[in-house]
Amino acid sequence: MNDQTLTPEERTANLKGMGCSRKRVEDVRFTQGKGNYVDDIKMDGMLFGDFVRSPYAHARIKSVNKEAALALPGVIAVLTAEDLAPLGLHWMPTLAGDKQMVLADGKVLFQGQEVAYVVAEDRYIAADAVELVEVDYEELPVLTDPFEALKSDVVLREDLAGQTEGAHGPRKHHNHIFTWEAGEKDATEAVIDGADVVAEEMVYYHRTHPCPLETCGCVASMDKVTGKLTLYGTFQAPHAIRTVVSLISGIAEHNIRVISPDIGGGFGNKVGAYPGYVCSVVASIVTGKPVKWVEDRMENLMSTAFARDYWMHGKIAATKEGKITGLWCHTTADHGGFDACADPTKFPAGFMNICTGSYDIPTAYLAVDGVYTNKAPGGVAYRCSFRVTEAAYFIERMIEVLAIKLNMDAAELRRINFIRKDQFPYQSALGWEYDSGDYHTAWDKALKAVGYEDLRKEQAQRVEDFKAGKTRKLLGIGLTHFTEIVGAGPVKNCDILGLGMFDSCEIRIHPTGSAIARLGTISQGQGHATTFAQIIASEIGLPADDITLEEGDTDTAPYGLGTYGSRSTPVAGAATAMAARKIRAKAQMIAAYLLEVHDNDVEWDVDRFAVKGAPERFKTMKEIAFAAYNQAIPGLEPGLEAVSYYDPPNMTYPFGAYICVMEIDVDTGEWEIRQFYALDDCGTRINPMIIEGQVHGGVTEALAIAMGQEIAYDEMGNVKTGTLMDFFIPTAWETPNYTTDHTVTPSPHHPIGAKGVGESPNVGGVPAFSNAVHDAFRPFGLVQSHMPHDHWRIWKIANGLGLHG
Amino acid sequence: MSKMHVKLTVNGREVEGLAEPRTLLIHFLRENLRITGPHIGCETSHCGACTVDIDGKSVKSCTVFVAQANGADVTTVEGLVNEDGSLGVIQEMFREHHGLQCGFCTPGMITRAHRLLQENPSPTEEEVRFGMAGNLCRCTGYQNIVKAILASADMLNAQKEAAE
Repeated sequence: MNDQTLTPEERTANLKGMGCSRKRVEDVRFTQGKGNYVDDIKMDGMLFGDFVRSPYAHARIKSVNKEAALALPGVIAVLTAEDLAPLGLHWMPTLAGDKQMVLADGKVLFQGQEVAYVVAEDRYIAADAVELVEVDYEELPVLTDPFEALKSDVVLREDLAGQTEGAHGPRKHHNHIFTWEAGEKDATEAVIDGADVVAEEMVYYHRTHPCPLETCGCVASMDKVTGKLTLYGTFQAPHAIRTVVSLISGIAEHNIRVISPDIGGGFGNKVGAYPGYVCSVVASIVTGKPVKWVEDRMENLMSTAFARDYWMHGKIAATKEGKITGLWCHTTADHGGFDACADPTKFPAGFMNICTGSYDIPTAYLAVDGVYTNKAPGGVAYRCSFRVTEAAYFIERMIEVLAIKLNMDAAELRRINFIRKDQFPYQSALGWEYDSGDYHTAWDKALKAVGYEDLRKEQAQRVEDFKAGKTRKLLGIGLTHFTEIVGAGPVKNCDILGLGMFDSCEIRIHPTGSAIARLGTISQGQGHATTFAQIIASEIGLPADDITLEEGDTDTAPYGLGTYGSRSTPVAGAATAMAARKIRAKAQMIAAYLLEVHDNDVEWDVDRFAVKGAPERFKTMKEIAFAAYNQAIPGLEPGLEAVSYYDPPNMTYPFGAYICVMEIDVDTGEWEIRQFYALDDCGTRINPMIIEGQVHGGVTEALAIAMGQEIAYDEMGNVKTGTLMDFFIPTAWETPNYTTDHTVTPSPHHPIGAKGVGESPNVGGVPAFSNAVHDAFRPFGLVQSHMPHDHWRIWKIANGLGLHG
Repeated sequence: MSKMHVKLTVNGREVEGLAEPRTLLIHFLRENLRITGPHIGCETSHCGACTVDIDGKSVKSCTVFVAQANGADVTTVEGLVNEDGSLGVIQEMFREHHGLQCGFCTPGMITRAHRLLQENPSPTEEEVRFGMAGNLCRCTGYQNIVKAILASADMLNAQKEAAE
């Protein structure tokens, strides 16, 4: 056996474990079109569902006439709220403790709301029938501005009339949802009142949408013989969906099997439960046939899962020297017609209280007011942990605004306020315990890498040249140092609908030394099948290529809360390491028995246990696996498998330093990214290739959001950006190349020290792009301007500053 | 609705079937022929997930009637594997350079890249970026897609040279 001739380094390399850029196992299927996405599922007799949607943002429904639709050959049924009411399914609970209409119950609250559900033999007939359903609407006054909504006499949620208590405490007005506070109000206001310098701004993070390339959809299949419901769908949290379906349908949970097949991107869009799922389940129960529903792009952008829409009013106080003494923030959060935010129960504004960022701010206060308007529900974490990107954008803008007020360099202002390495674990003023960090090292590395001093000189020269009429282009240097909070989360304070946010992994070692592992998470492109096998390979010494990884089938995978909020590696990744360690512990006993020594007399060596002091006497993991199935070992059960449910003791706090250098044409508002440098510290790095890919993709989503992407409404509540013609997604043409870099500060409480990375680039990218735009115009007096910075808005900035002569 | 008879070549195989005059090519491929590599991302010709090759041109099959493809020679991503079933060069380079994540845009990307490299066997990075701008990706930021296509060009040119 060649094992004896290989060095430990060679044996380690053969495992393709943690730290190597292992090629993705998923790609063999995907590159030849052999993925299996929900719309690829075809079943015998399968029917298609499609929605009649409201053209109005606020209207009373006087009548729905189905006759013409039902008369169309091939139409099986048309469901309305009246049909669902006897089942109690015309409304459904939301993740945020509110309830949402499945089908319009007397009125509609946003354009695109589901009014009736048509079931037909094929998708063309369903689409025809949608046109034939006649709905008589009476228009009502529309509220699209959350500040107006809090003053208006118009009652949006008549079903809540008179309810002064909501899911998250008192309601102050009939369009008010909740107030959520963190930190010390009086102390913070006292600091601000007595400060040397205070900067105050309204920072608006506009409404946008995750817009994965695959829209949301499902296939519901009720087997009337067995009484078992199988629900395939684009679910980022399949187990949670199973529990929710059981709770709202009354079907026993063991009779529901939820399967997430391959998912074509999620970014938060596929966390929630949507009316399409409920209607498809009902339709399958009623017809006894499988029913498929897949939304089209316009439905996706108009109705499922918007993100952001936070008006963040901030005050930041500092000494004359620039030491920050206090931070105050009041946020008005536009939640749309129903509060369907995807947040842990105790956090109706997510983890917005990470808004003190990377800085040692002794005193802070945050309040968030949630408001109903005539917009779509959602409030999902679009490629970020719950509201973390809003928090990062807020603090990184406030730092820039403070730098202007102090007439200081913004890089230096950050440096003198960073939490120092020796302060970790760090208790933030708003209630978090940051696990680890080394911000100064990352910052200095980033500034050096881009040649920061020279860039500032070039920028100063450019301003001179501009003033002298030699150029019409300005140079912006966008700085960001972000700190995230991901990996929700500890069960003691994190749950969704009462389900604790632990996660899980089960590993089974086969007799011949290969393995299968199943997790409670679900990949949507992150490459779990590749990276989680690497964790196991390093932990138990079997090659990653010999480990199958499965997710997304609730009948086989252990219970877990799914993939979003960068929680897969921090939580399920930890469970994977812990399950592997249980296997290794048993393997140690088997090895000792086989080697005829005491358990404590063997030691782990890459892929084997060897006798201490006699490394030539060993048993490889492969040999141990076989022994587990063919030897009667006293005191040990046969077999070699383990399951771990991991309840993390804390969140993880990835951080990074991003710098964007942007050229801006003052006359056209056009921009060009000249350089983008992204330094990430996600703790231990499992697969550098995949980390880089995540950063490229996340920064590009940030580019989209900062520079043009939005869900915009007119004053009638019409969605103005409902197709990919209007909703900005950068192409290869306007997307730049990125330079990635890293430092490594492991998480002290995570079994392998990993922190998660998928969302960092979006969280850090948005302020980096936005700050670059602001920085370009800073020499001409710009302090604050709202995203998205499309060409028109940039042109308006230039025009407003008098730069067009 | 009355149906019409259509006959076309898909990935080198002659196929025929009945379809309504309004049936889109993407639906005929995916639902009648069960060729599910090409995906539906927008139905408005913006995203390119449905890109197929028709008679030597990249076409977005979500906005073409199957009737318009009657008699045509259609290639999808499934048709770009080698005869022995192994991955074709572009497919292999996408894997090698991490040019995909969720895989939803990938069939369209690879099919478009295939045509681009037929039209321009030695493109510059700028030409690749321009030539691929009709295909959207939400995961990768394009950097590794561009890298994969440039590497494919090198490899295909080397293979051509070796064969000559």
